[in-house]
Amino acid sequence: MSEKLVTITVDGRKISAPAGSRLLKVCLENDIYIPNLCYLEGMSDPPASCRLCLVEIEGEPGMVASCRCEIRDGMVVTSNSDDILKMRQVAFRLLVSTNDGHCNTCIANKHCELQQIAKFLRQPLRTKRLRHIDRDYPEIIDDHPVLMYEPKKCVLCGRCVYVCNQIPKGYKLDFARRGINTIISFYGSDLDPSSRDCEGCLACTEVCPVGALSSKKKWSRFIAEVKLKQEQKAARQSSD
Amino acid sequence: MLEQLLAGLEPSERAAIDDEELQILKDVEAEMPVFAAERSQLLPILQHIQGRHGYLPKLALQMVADYLGVTIGKVYGIATFYNQFKFNPPGRNPIKVCLGTACHVKGGEIILENFERRLEITEGQTSPDREYSLERVACIGCCALAPAVVVGDKVEAYVTPSKVEGIITEIEVRKAMAAREQERNEAANG
Ligand code: SF4
Ligand code: SF4
Ligand code: FES
Ligand code: FES
Repeated sequence: MSEKLVTITVDGRKISAPAGSRLLKVCLENDIYIPNLCYLEGMSDPPASCRLCLVEIEGEPGMVASCRCEIRDGMVVTSNSDDILKMRQVAFRLLVSTNDGHCNTCIANKHCELQQIAKFLRQPLRTKRLRHIDRDYPEIIDDHPVLMYEPKKCVLCGRCVYVCNQIPKGYKLDFARRGINTIISFYGSDLDPSSRDCEGCLACTEVCPVGALSSKKKWSRFIAEVKLKQEQKAARQSSD
Repeated sequence: MLEQLLAGLEPSERAAIDDEELQILKDVEAEMPVFAAERSQLLPILQHIQGRHGYLPKLALQMVADYLGVTIGKVYGIATFYNQFKFNPPGRNPIKVCLGTACHVKGGEIILENFERRLEITEGQTSPDREYSLERVACIGCCALAPAVVVGDKVEAYVTPSKVEGIITEIEVRKAMAAREQERNEAANG
């Protein structure tokens, strides 16, 4: 089956791709980086909740989320104007204003998508321009036989919920609560024997863009390493 | 439905279910067919359970999930969206601390914290002996009495940390008196 190709222009560059592809995907595949957190390839109905992937399209008012936008022939897209940068920065600041990760001791340090986006948008991970809101969350939620979750690092992108629900069988994690208190929950995983099979899946931990969701095994290994390094450092300092 | 569910539990989990909860679960199972097994019935079912039993036990949520063919995570996610649903059994002395605007301004948070410390539970929880449960509520219409607390169905006005102590002591004293009364009756009858 041959797909109809259309041509669009992004930042002055002509790109051909199958009609109806998501603009975000097309850009990423052509090395035009657009920050994104909540999109995953294959989503039929992207939630478009992070608002980091905003672009401008000629003839359309305002900015649009490129993850939801399907390309049309002749579309003219701007992804790198100052206005876009500013809007993305606002979205980013809102996102981190409730975030409380400690990168130094985080399992995702140096391969975290939030860190990469911060760099790209030239924004600190702790913004001073918005009041920081401490959400009343525990540091760790681990009432799942295999998984553990650090709510203060979670950006609520929903990727984990999406992939988990693509898997026909097995335990299903989901959102709970609402508004600023929204959280990912393992509720009921103790009742559901299939949650023990998560060890062989771990799909949700792989799509998590930050270090909020990990397998318990991997996490405890990582923490042991961190502790060891800290001890070694302390020992070195005291011997100096 | 219930039997299967219970059979699937670890022995320690099975042991954690007391008679009171088991009764509730049986009732939930018996009442379920009143509702059509359609997703649109989720909230009515949850409201029904909440109304009859004062909270939604985890196993009841699992039964609802199985009945409607959705995951328990989904049921919990939807239930936690609304304030009306509780996930812990109500205490014999439910304490509701008002955190509406007026009470908030008058230090309702501090009162809540005092109760939390005194009862060693956090907001939304019930003490292990089910004597007390603690929750926060929005304006109860007594703003002139702020900060206000409802204990059982009695409104306590101008609550201060020392009054928190007094409220609990009063309940404890009443409890002790009732226990002594009962002992005396038993002795008289036996
Ligand atoms: S490990 Fe797989 S089945 Fe288990 S919660 Fe994660 S995505 Fe779902
Ligand atoms: S746990 Fe990770 S994947 Fe899931 S919502 Fe939070 S940040 Fe996204
Ligand atoms: S990736 Fe488009 S809004 Fe999140
Ligand atoms: S705000 Fe507490 S009674 Fe109105």
